[in-house]
Amino acid sequence: MIELRDIHKAFNEGRPNEYWALRGIDLDIAAGESTVFSGPSGSGKTTLLTLLGCLARPTRGRVRLGDEDISSLPERFLTEIRRRTFGFVFQQFNLVRGLSALDNVMLPAYPLGLPHRELRARAEAQLAALDLGHRREARVEWLSGGEQQRVAIARALINAPQVVIADEPTANLDTALSCQFMGILERLLDEGRTVLLTSHDPLVVESETVDRVVRLRDGRLVEP
Amino acid sequence: MNQWIARQRYLVDFTLASLARRKTKNAGLLLVFALLVFVLASVMLFASALRHEATMVLAHSPEVILQRMVAGRHDLVPPGYVERIGRIRGVQKIEGRLWGYYYDPVVKANYTFMAVVPAPASGFAARPGAREASAPPAAGEIVVGSGLARHRGVQSGNVLSFRSYSGKLFSFRIAGVLPADSELVSADLVLTNQADFRAFFDYPADHWTDVTLSVANPQEVRTVAQKLANALPDSRPILRDEVSRTYQSIFDWREGIMLALLSAAILAFAILAWDKASGLSAEEKREIGILKAIGWETGDVIRMKLWEGLLVSLSAFLAGYVAAYAHVFHFSAVLFAPVLKGWAVLYPKFTLAPAIDGLQVTTLFFFTVLPYATAVLVPIWRAAVTDPDAVMRG
Repeated sequence: MIELRDIHKAFNEGRPNEYWALRGIDLDIAAGESTVFSGPSGSGKTTLLTLLGCLARPTRGRVRLGDEDISSLPERFLTEIRRRTFGFVFQQFNLVRGLSALDNVMLPAYPLGLPHRELRARAEAQLAALDLGHRREARVEWLSGGEQQRVAIARALINAPQVVIADEPTANLDTALSCQFMGILERLLDEGRTVLLTSHDPLVVESETVDRVVRLRDGRLVEP
Repeated sequence: MNQWIARQRYLVDFTLASLARRKTKNAGLLLVFALLVFVLASVMLFASALRHEATMVLAHSPEVILQRMVAGRHDLVPPGYVERIGRIRGVQKIEGRLWGYYYDPVVKANYTFMAVVPAPASGFAARPGAREASAPPAAGEIVVGSGLARHRGVQSGNVLSFRSYSGKLFSFRIAGVLPADSELVSADLVLTNQADFRAFFDYPADHWTDVTLSVANPQEVRTVAQKLANALPDSRPILRDEVSRTYQSIFDWREGIMLALLSAAILAFAILAWDKASGLSAEEKREIGILKAIGWETGDVIRMKLWEGLLVSLSAFLAGYVAAYAHVFHFSAVLFAPVLKGWAVLYPKFTLAPAIDGLQVTTLFFFTVLPYATAVLVPIWRAAVTDPDAVMRG
């Protein structure tokens, strides 16, 4: 489904503080699988995730999504692909404070201009499926960490993406909430979605739900 | 189309929610902006209404006023002078006028005394507010302007005494008070009959203060003035257009002075508004990053902020303009009137007829709303074009 060939990513290229976060990654991601990118801090996990999720473009190399080469698409087209194909769950959840859980979930769909009733029903269904129906009108800063993460997951799913990307999803959760997250992950896989995670939490990396663990170090894949 | 409308609606909804979330900042901004528009619009509306009023008043005044000059100063028109003009084609009426100023030490104010001369020699036409009282007051009676009546605390039927410049005391019974709607031109007016006027001022018999000429065709006014200047080299013809231009200049000048006085405050407000609008907090930057990461295009973010700028600036513009309208036309521009009307002891108390100059509204709109929208957009543009992956690292 996603194919990476000789991917390099540099920050501050050509400047004295130039830094190569990825140095030649070749990788194939199959549809419907869960893949965890694991490795120490600075190994390039998050950078790789941003390239896979069309949040950034590689400095060198090719990214293919299905049959399409997306490595050098203009930002506008990348945004379109990102909106329709990927759902993101960020490490800090990145919810918009001051808005209700429901409004946060609806946000990614605003640019699509769907009828309001339809969008609201869809968002309510997502929240209800994650046991948050009763908290839909609460402002997100009033929610617990676990609830905030579930709002972030509902938001990631609002545009029915094929791929869900989560960056260190359990880093801010206790064990019980981490297990709850893994349950949700299983459900997403059952629905046929592809899941890409970064994590160094053993609870995630060693989970049976995870199909594949890709290890990175210094911007390169580590052979198993 | 429906999808486009729905998108804009979502953007407006989100913008309103954003504004509500930053209540203090936005309310402060709205207030400062509205105040700025209020000040500018008040001055503009008031000056424009005064100009309009002056034009209306002058519409009733004679086309040409002829003054006799001695050593470059305005002097009395002697007997036989008018007859020397002879017959000038296009002049419908020639009338002598009697008027003068009187300083009333009781209220420390100047009054304009004017004799109502029976037609055809009535010089009264220059005072439109007094047109109704076309018959001269009876001997020993006067008609006074409502500003004077208010200031002296008198009404119809009361007796008012003035000591003339010759030292004699004259007592007049007030036969009437001029209507308040003419106050702009009649606040300080005292109307007498010709005999009382001449007696009060010791005015020489058959002399006039000046002469007015009515010219039917506006195209001929300058020719008439030229003929007058030729026939009477010691005279000065004053055209209505010149008077009108002088009034316009005075109000323009006062408006300019007012704006100059306020310029420092206006500038301070403008800088504050610009600073508030163009400064992007860390929270706002973070939000823009989130919106881009979850699938908003740069254009969506900019459109959203454009809505924000338009909503704030349009609300402030409307609030400021409506407040200025009420201030000028319902509260007689109480804050700026002393500067714009001029200084006087006898202030005319009047309500201006609402007069809005479309060009002025448009100018004000473009000089307030557009800079604000730009001030909002510039930093947003910078923030919105940054890569969305920054949010992943936040």
